[in-house]
Amino acid sequence: MKQTIDKGSWVQIYRVVLPAGERAPQLPDDTRQVPLEMRVKGRLVAPARLGDEVEIVTAVGRRLSGVLELVNPAYTHGFGEPIAELSAIGREVRALLRGDGGEL
Amino acid sequence: MSADAYQAIMALRPEIMRASVGIDYARYNTGVLAFDYERLLADTGYDVEAAAAVQRRTAVGDTPLVELHNITELLRTVAPPGKGARLFLKDEAANPSGSFKDRRASLSVHEAKKRGYPGVAAATSGNYGAAVASQAAKAGLSCIVVQEAFDSQGIEQPEIAEKTRACEAYGAEVIRLSVGPELFYVFLQVLKETNYFNASLYTPYSILGIETLGYELANQVRQLAGRFPDLVIATHAGGGNVTGTARGLLKAGATDTQVVAASVDLAGLHMASDRDFNRKSFTTGHTGFSLPFTTWPDRADVPRNAARALRYMDRFVTVTQGEVFYITQLLAELEGLERGPAGNTSLAAAFAMARELDEDQIVVVQETEYTGAGKHPYAQLNLARRMGVELLRGDPRDNRPGRRIVIPAHPSQLAVVDVDLDRVRSSYLRHAIESLPEGARLDEVDLEFLAAETRSSRAFVEERIDERHRKSG
Repeated sequence: MKQTIDKGSWVQIYRVVLPAGERAPQLPDDTRQVPLEMRVKGRLVAPARLGDEVEIVTAVGRRLSGVLELVNPAYTHGFGEPIAELSAIGREVRALLRGDGGEL
Repeated sequence: MSADAYQAIMALRPEIMRASVGIDYARYNTGVLAFDYERLLADTGYDVEAAAAVQRRTAVGDTPLVELHNITELLRTVAPPGKGARLFLKDEAANPSGSFKDRRASLSVHEAKKRGYPGVAAATSGNYGAAVASQAAKAGLSCIVVQEAFDSQGIEQPEIAEKTRACEAYGAEVIRLSVGPELFYVFLQVLKETNYFNASLYTPYSILGIETLGYELANQVRQLAGRFPDLVIATHAGGGNVTGTARGLLKAGATDTQVVAASVDLAGLHMASDRDFNRKSFTTGHTGFSLPFTTWPDRADVPRNAARALRYMDRFVTVTQGEVFYITQLLAELEGLERGPAGNTSLAAAFAMARELDEDQIVVVQETEYTGAGKHPYAQLNLARRMGVELLRGDPRDNRPGRRIVIPAHPSQLAVVDVDLDRVRSSYLRHAIESLPEGARLDEVDLEFLAAETRSSRAFVEERIDERHRKSG
C-alpha cells in the first residue's frame, strides 16, 4: 500500500508535453522517437499517492498538473570520482617550471 | 499540450514576442533584409555609464582583472625565445550569481520592473537562468526558467542540474524538459499564460549589459599596463559575449584590440539529438551553437538578435574538449583559481595564441564562472565515461567529440584551429538569400547592411550574391 503524501508537500510532477508521434519536424530520428517530457516542482494541492495525477502550485504560484513522481526531490548531482587523467597534470607542469620536466 | 495547441501557440508567436519584450522590431526595418541595428540598441536609452549604474545597484560588474603569472611562465617554456604574451583573466565569477551572465540579466530585469511586468521568464539551461533568477529575487519579481535538462533515459546533464538547483535557490520556478527545440514552444506558452517579460539572451538589453565588461577590462588593462590589450578572447556560443565585449572595447577606445571568438569543437554531435545530449561534455561555448549563430544570428527567441558576432570578430578559433579540461586543471593548480567551465575555452585558446605573441604583448580572457557540484571536469568526465566516451592522455588532435576525449600529454600540444571567416561569411550570405521573401530583391541599403553584417565589403557581398536577387540599377 503506497503512503499518502500530505497536502503542501514539496514534490515533483512529470508530464509528457508532446508524444513521440507529434514532435516538431526536422528532428533527428533518435529524438523524434521519444516524447518531449517535462518535470516541475511545487507544493501538492491535495493529499495523493505516488503515481497519482495531481495538481501542484509552483514557486511562482502557477497551478500545474501531472503525475506525482517524487517527494522532496533530492539534488543528486556532484563531482564523482577523481579523474586520474587530470590528477597528474599539476605535478607535470610544476616540474616543467622547475626546468626538470623533460621534453614531450 | 496537444498537437493543435502546439500549432495554435506557434501561430501566436509574433504577438507573444511583442508583448513580452516590449520592442516593436518592425519599426527598425530599413530594407528587405536590412534593419537599423545601432538605433535598435540606442533606443533602449542605455549607454555604458547608464548600464553600469544599473548594474552597480545589485553589485554586478567591477570584477577583478587577474594576471596569470604562473601560466604565463609556463607558456613561455613552450614558446620561441622572446615570445609568450602576458595572460590576464577577468574574474567574472565575482558577480552575484557567479558569472558574467548577471550583466546580461541586469538590464532586462530592471526594464521588466520599471515597466510593471509581474515577472520575468527565460529559456536557458545555463548560467543565464541563475542570473535572471538572482536579479529577479533582488527586484522582487517572479521568475520562471525553462531548461533542456535530461535525456529520454532521465539522465541529467550535471551542469544543468546545478543550474536547476541555483535557480530554485533564488526562488524561481524551473521547468525541466527532455531534449528538443520544442522547448521554445513551451516557453511561448509560459509567456502567454503569465504575461511575464521575456528576458531573452538576445534582446538589446542583454547585449548592452555586456558592453560594461569590455569597457571595464579595457580600462583595467590600461591602468595596469599603460596600454590596451592586444588580444581579447571570448568564449563564443550564441554571440552575445563576443558582441557585447567587442562593443565595450570600442566604446573604451580600444580600437586596435583584436577580438577572438573561441569555441569548443563539437563537430559530429547533433544539438537536437537525444543520444548526443549527454555525450557533449560541454553545455555551451561550443560549435554546436557558435557556428549556426555566427552564420545566421536571427534564429533566436526574438525577431532580431542583438548579438551579431560576425560584425565584431577578428578571428574565430576552436579548441578541443581535452584541451579545455587540461587548462582548467592548470588554472586550479598553478593560479589557485578553481573556475569554469565557461571561460576556460578561451583560456585554452589564449594559452596557444599567447605563445605566438611577443613577451610585452597582452592577452585577456574576458570571463570566468563559479565552479561547483556538476560544474566541474570530474562531473563531466565521469558522465562521459558512463556514456561510453573513451578518456585518455595523448595528442589533442586525436580528440573525437562524443567518442574520445584526449587530455593533452604536454602543454606544447595546445593549439587553436582557425575557422575560415570567409566561409562563415559566405554561409551567412546564403542564409540571408534563403530568408528573402518570394520574389523580393535586395536594395542598396540591403547590400550595405550585408557588408556590415559580414564585416566584409560591398564587393565581397556582390561577388557572392547572384544578380537575380538584386534590384537592377
